[in-house]
Amino acid sequence: MILNIPDGLRSVTILGGTDKFGAPEPVPSVELRPGDALALVGPTGSGKSELLSDIEQLALGDTVSGRHVLVNGDAAPPTATGLVATLSQRTNFVMDATVARFVTLHAESRGKDARALLPRVLETANTLCGEAVRASDPLQMLSGGQARALMIADIALISAAPVVLIDEVENAGIHKFRALEVLTDSHKIVVTATHDPVLMLMNAKRLVMRSGGMNRLVEVSGQEAECAESLRRIDEVMLHARERLRMGETLTPEDISL
Amino acid sequence: MKLVTVAGAPSVGKTSVILHLAALLAKEGVRPAVVKFDALSSADDVIFREKLGIPALVGLSDYVCPDHYYVSNIEEACVWGREAGADLLVLETAGLCHRCAPHIKGVPALTVLDSLGGVDAPRKMGPAASLADIIVVTKCDLVSQAEREVFDFAVASVNPTAAIVHVNGLTGTGALHLQRMARTWPRVDGVEDAVLRYSMPASICSYCTGERRIGRRYQSGNVEKLVVAKEAA
Repeated sequence: MILNIPDGLRSVTILGGTDKFGAPEPVPSVELRPGDALALVGPTGSGKSELLSDIEQLALGDTVSGRHVLVNGDAAPPTATGLVATLSQRTNFVMDATVARFVTLHAESRGKDARALLPRVLETANTLCGEAVRASDPLQMLSGGQARALMIADIALISAAPVVLIDEVENAGIHKFRALEVLTDSHKIVVTATHDPVLMLMNAKRLVMRSGGMNRLVEVSGQEAECAESLRRIDEVMLHARERLRMGETLTPEDISL
Repeated sequence: MKLVTVAGAPSVGKTSVILHLAALLAKEGVRPAVVKFDALSSADDVIFREKLGIPALVGLSDYVCPDHYYVSNIEEACVWGREAGADLLVLETAGLCHRCAPHIKGVPALTVLDSLGGVDAPRKMGPAASLADIIVVTKCDLVSQAEREVFDFAVASVNPTAAIVHVNGLTGTGALHLQRMARTWPRVDGVEDAVLRYSMPASICSYCTGERRIGRRYQSGNVEKLVVAKEAA
């Protein structure tokens, strides 16, 4: 059944279970509210994807971790679905359609006004990547960055799911800060598993995973916020250089000065 | 013993979905068993036995319509399942022509669809999709969120009451929802006198009995001819 929350999603709470070795997770609970952004960090195999899977399946103490995921403070019905939108490195467009047709189909399937939404989705997508996405572009001709930008704008503006899980979407040639802003501005809860330092610090909080357990919840400090600002500039420079070179232009040291 | 029928086109991930569900059930002490109905060959019984150590049987229809063969052998499959000590017997069908559905009234019915199949896939699956209780959508991790939602909408438009469950056949994410549903499935004591949800196709022409030559003079029995519409040209 599609999860129906009459008065809207107010919170998602992850109650800790046990790590790989059966020890209780050091972080006993994490509460997320609409507009919150959480990064999951840790080496491969530390349990990031498993935590995303627990959220997606609304764990009721019945997964390997023994975690519980509560919706508005209560256990969701055992077969509830539709809470979560996902975006990963493997996600592609498989539809043979133009951008306009695609947005229209999605909007109509959600009972929304496609004609009003199309320009908004395009406008938002085009704040996320260097090359403009046009309504008449075939989906299959979009670059990796354009496709990610369109997916994010579409999730923010059309998808019903109040929670967005992002698994390892890195270096796709999009403005990462802006992408996260677009999602949190539309009152989504955004959880991102990542190895990218810029993405990690963009989230006000990050959950450190270790041995399958939630090990530490870290809030970005004042110093880290400064670091984030510097890293963001480096990232923008990389993106700028990338776009210039792709367009056949040349680079000077001034173009990439921080 | 509980019973569930599983339908779906070839290669959509029926066996993977059953493997993940069976593994979860086995962990909570339920003993699953699988009967796979297929046409010419299947190694799925070996997969079930080797990967999960659960009883598994293959039934090959050979020259008979695989769906007719399936209906004719449901009782025998149930007898085997009971003797194998199964708590839940999964009847996995070949899923070839989509003219009919293997689903039975009063028995939980699951149809697997592949999200890469396009938005017309639910409609093309006919009664197997429209008469199922649960539609499992696979390979969702490969398509955009929007396409997932459009696909679910297409499923709901051919079957508004079915529960839609997304299962990743590689990682098993989503199978947990099926496990939770399986706990509520009823026990079925026997299938004698049970009724199929949809009729099977008529198949009594010369080709049903092994004819291979093409031409009107070799055709006898139940032969239907293509009606050419005016707008076809």
